[in-house]
Amino acid sequence: MYKSYQDRVHFYGRIWMVSALVMMLSIPLIISIVLGTWPEPGPFIRGFIATAIVFWAVTTIEVFTFSPMLGSAGTYLGFTTGNLTNLKVPSALQAMEALEVEAGSEKADVISTIAIASSTIVTTLIIALGAALLLPLTPVLESEVLQPAFDNIIPALFGALGVAFIAKAWKIAIAPIAFMLVLFLAVPGTTDIVGVLVPVGVIISVSVARILYKQEKL
Amino acid sequence: MDFLNAWWMVGLALFVMLFVLSQSVFFLVKAVKRARYLEIDSKDIKRTITSTMVFSIAPSMAILIGLLALSKVLGVIVPWMRLSVLGAVTYELPATVNVVEGVFNASIGTRIADPQIFVTVLWVMTLGIIPPLIIIPLFLKRIQGRVQNVHQKDRRWGEIFMSAMFLGMISAFLGYVVAPREDAVTGEMYISFLAIFTLLSSAMLMVIFGIVIEKYKQAWLRNYALSFSMLISMGLAILYAFMGVR
Repeated sequence: MYKSYQDRVHFYGRIWMVSALVMMLSIPLIISIVLGTWPEPGPFIRGFIATAIVFWAVTTIEVFTFSPMLGSAGTYLGFTTGNLTNLKVPSALQAMEALEVEAGSEKADVISTIAIASSTIVTTLIIALGAALLLPLTPVLESEVLQPAFDNIIPALFGALGVAFIAKAWKIAIAPIAFMLVLFLAVPGTTDIVGVLVPVGVIISVSVARILYKQEKL
Repeated sequence: MDFLNAWWMVGLALFVMLFVLSQSVFFLVKAVKRARYLEIDSKDIKRTITSTMVFSIAPSMAILIGLLALSKVLGVIVPWMRLSVLGAVTYELPATVNVVEGVFNASIGTRIADPQIFVTVLWVMTLGIIPPLIIIPLFLKRIQGRVQNVHQKDRRWGEIFMSAMFLGMISAFLGYVVAPREDAVTGEMYISFLAIFTLLSSAMLMVIFGIVIEKYKQAWLRNYALSFSMLISMGLAILYAFMGVR
């Protein structure tokens, strides 16, 4: 039964994802056709290489890093709708943590999907409302008083998320956290490549976990 | 011609929005049905939905700030479409800068008036982030199969393996918070104690909520502890900034 559920998820997931691919490619295509303007090869290639050289690598790495965390349906949905590190992955993690489901189990997969879908619905509606009401919302969004709150969403998010997961497996957490603190403090500009450093953290933590597990220290 | 806000562009954005909502509802219904089959309590399912919705509000507001920043260059509709699908403002903004400033030597601070620049930005934004939409349909089943194999082969190790993956991601973002950053005005590098204090406040609040959950048997709070910790610590960030912490 589990296998057939997973098979169905992959079947429908592929259909949705290929449809998303077609839709995303259609947007610039339709706009170019209606405007009667197409990118000139030279400027396009320069802009594309400057962008893809970083983001093809980052997004490819993200697929292999995040998909085991998000589960099957969560991955199909999360990667179509984006905002992974700042929203979808933390949503899934906090939902799994709150229900204390076994990571990697089918229950975790299902809870992750529910969380990502719920999160996507809210975000999509807020973005649409925000686009419609951007003019009246601009003073709020640009408010100097609120700026520190908006600037510090990542610390506010990962402080709470971090303590919840570190408390459960502090022995595994020490090495990757120590490595990342030293790296980020010592090497300027690393904030720009945090997406690339996530799998580095994952490799360190999984290696440490394996060693500790083999030594029966976990 | 104000092509950036044309009616047919609004139609495209609405279509994208409906697509994303339909996909979300589709998978939500499937997952809820499966959760019931797995005998997950209906109350837990409802709590997961509501707590995730509450949790998503603050990060969504941050996405609106990205929408505002991008709208100054691309108008409102394209950022609306782009931020509703694959990517994030951390991708869309550099992609726009690469084309507008890097290729056309134009200013990122003013709205694009040249359709040539506009379509180049659009095509670069779209194709610059395409790999997941190709890799996932081709390889996800295999990746998930391997994860399941690890889990089935040794259940205890499977669980530890997943925890280690979560911690690997979290460690990178903890490093990100303490990293020196550049002052937008002076160009000076500094460590943001504001960010560190916010992180520590959020962590401490989570610990306090944990104690309340355990000691006072407030199980419902488990679903909202992260959202509350995040929102309160964001409020504290305003207070810290007011006190002069940078």
